[in-house]
Amino acid sequence: MPLSTDEVRRIAELARIGISDAEARAVQVQLNDIFELIGQMQKIDTEGIEPMSHAQGLALRLREDKVSETDRSEPYQSLAPQKDAGLYLVPKVIE
Amino acid sequence: MLNASLKELSAALAQRKISSVELTQLFLDRIEKLNPAINAFITVDAEKSLAQARTADERIAKNRAQPLAGIPVAHKDIFVTQGWPTTCGSKILSNFIGPYDAHVIERFNDAGAVILGKTNMDEFAMGSSSETSFYGPVKNPWGQAYVPGGSSGGSAAAIAARMAPAATGTDTGGSIRQPAALSGLSGLKPTYGLVSRYGMIAFASSLDQGGPMAKSAEDLALLLNVMAGFDARDSTSSERAREDYVRDLEKPLAGLRIGVPKEHFGEGLAADVGQAVEAALEQIEKLGARRVPIGLPNSGLSVPAYYVIAPAEASSNLSRFDGVRYGHRAKEYRDLADMYRRTRAEGFGAEVRRRILIGTYVLSHGYYDAYYLKAQKIRRLIAQDFVEAFKQCDVVMGPTSPTVAFKIGAKAADPVQMYLNDIYTIPANLAGLPGMSIPCGFGRDNLPVGLHIVGNYFAEARMLNVAHQYQKATDWHKREPAGIHL
Repeated sequence: MPLSTDEVRRIAELARIGISDAEARAVQVQLNDIFELIGQMQKIDTEGIEPMSHAQGLALRLREDKVSETDRSEPYQSLAPQKDAGLYLVPKVIE
Repeated sequence: MLNASLKELSAALAQRKISSVELTQLFLDRIEKLNPAINAFITVDAEKSLAQARTADERIAKNRAQPLAGIPVAHKDIFVTQGWPTTCGSKILSNFIGPYDAHVIERFNDAGAVILGKTNMDEFAMGSSSETSFYGPVKNPWGQAYVPGGSSGGSAAAIAARMAPAATGTDTGGSIRQPAALSGLSGLKPTYGLVSRYGMIAFASSLDQGGPMAKSAEDLALLLNVMAGFDARDSTSSERAREDYVRDLEKPLAGLRIGVPKEHFGEGLAADVGQAVEAALEQIEKLGARRVPIGLPNSGLSVPAYYVIAPAEASSNLSRFDGVRYGHRAKEYRDLADMYRRTRAEGFGAEVRRRILIGTYVLSHGYYDAYYLKAQKIRRLIAQDFVEAFKQCDVVMGPTSPTVAFKIGAKAADPVQMYLNDIYTIPANLAGLPGMSIPCGFGRDNLPVGLHIVGNYFAEARMLNVAHQYQKATDWHKREPAGIHL
């Protein structure tokens, strides 16, 4: 089922990636080729097959509830585009 | 020294025939001379490397050195490295300096190895040609009009051009093995969970695995001894006793059963690659192994299933790049949502954006069952094929890639053609099995061909044994590209 340019724009909005109309049209062609490839899956009967989400059927490990990390907020935050008083700054969201 | 094995380098260092500073300088000089043409490295920092080399020389002087002490190793720019730019081949991380060390980097540092630089790669490891890097395409040292493979193409080209004795890579769908094949090297993707992914920038978390790249299987064994091991900071890290991957290298191959899947020798396989692989299988038979015909009936579905699962996980993993905590942020924007849109549109290249869009779509409301769940069921079928196969054989062999290296630009406009490069390597990632590629001859235009070896879970020592025995009987892994001599 081919994607329309409107659908491409909707997906880009969900992914928070800006896209121009020209880009949406170009990407639309490529995505439809890719979905044609992916569509080969539908020919296979997978009734009753258990989905495999992970290469090994591992359960997540538990650990003791104790502090294992030191405070490294300063070096980490030094990489932020905009910060103030230990806070990450973003454009105002509430007027 | 440029062609020496890691064992030989280690012995030369221990016997004081050369110091780590001299060895590191030798490779830094090669990089200075050859990298402008090959573009294998994104970052080189001679001062930092030489400081580490001096420390290694002190350790060696006190006779407290481990096997890799003083040996320079290049690292794929996907491993976060303290004090080094770590870009993942992307504009969005172009200003990112590692604030800590990835587990793999830590392990090499602890072993006394020297960080030689950070290698170029497809952006966020999404590609099979190393053309999608924000830092420009990598050239294949065997022919500079050709791609070196990808995504770990910088690591591959660095070793092939003898700018580094060894390197790290990562493999989500073939990104260690395919560049190893196209660049005439040995490369190993370990069993999922064997090498910690702490500090390895995530692409598709149920598939990603780091591993070594080098000239020979013996070198890979030494590197894997450093890289493998449990790490509590990676929730998928395997809790296993440490192994010595060198221990079985010299075992004879008598009685080895090689599974040969007919599906990997059919339509789409180039004749030159098929011939080289067939000759390699005959050679291994002469060493005492025998061939067992096997079937991997669902392996043809691995590319479609992979292009649902990997983009889905990528779209989720890459949501962290939003211009808030680190990385590139757009200069102009109207509001928060506009900042996200512009930052991500500017920061990600075309292939990364495309994969995020695929992933976002297949996970979106109403499509989950038709795509993601369906792909996970097919993943089970593919893994089950291998379970059946390993009842009849010890290792599975075939071609690593359907063709030798292709020209730069040849497949850049056609994503589906590019994706089909990994048709033989993707099944091992989906199943979580270890896979490796070793050089086994040359095809069209004198370009290298790779032999693909897949083993059962945690059978790395056996695979390295098989590869080493083959390399003792052949010299493909010792060949070097013409025209790269100093």
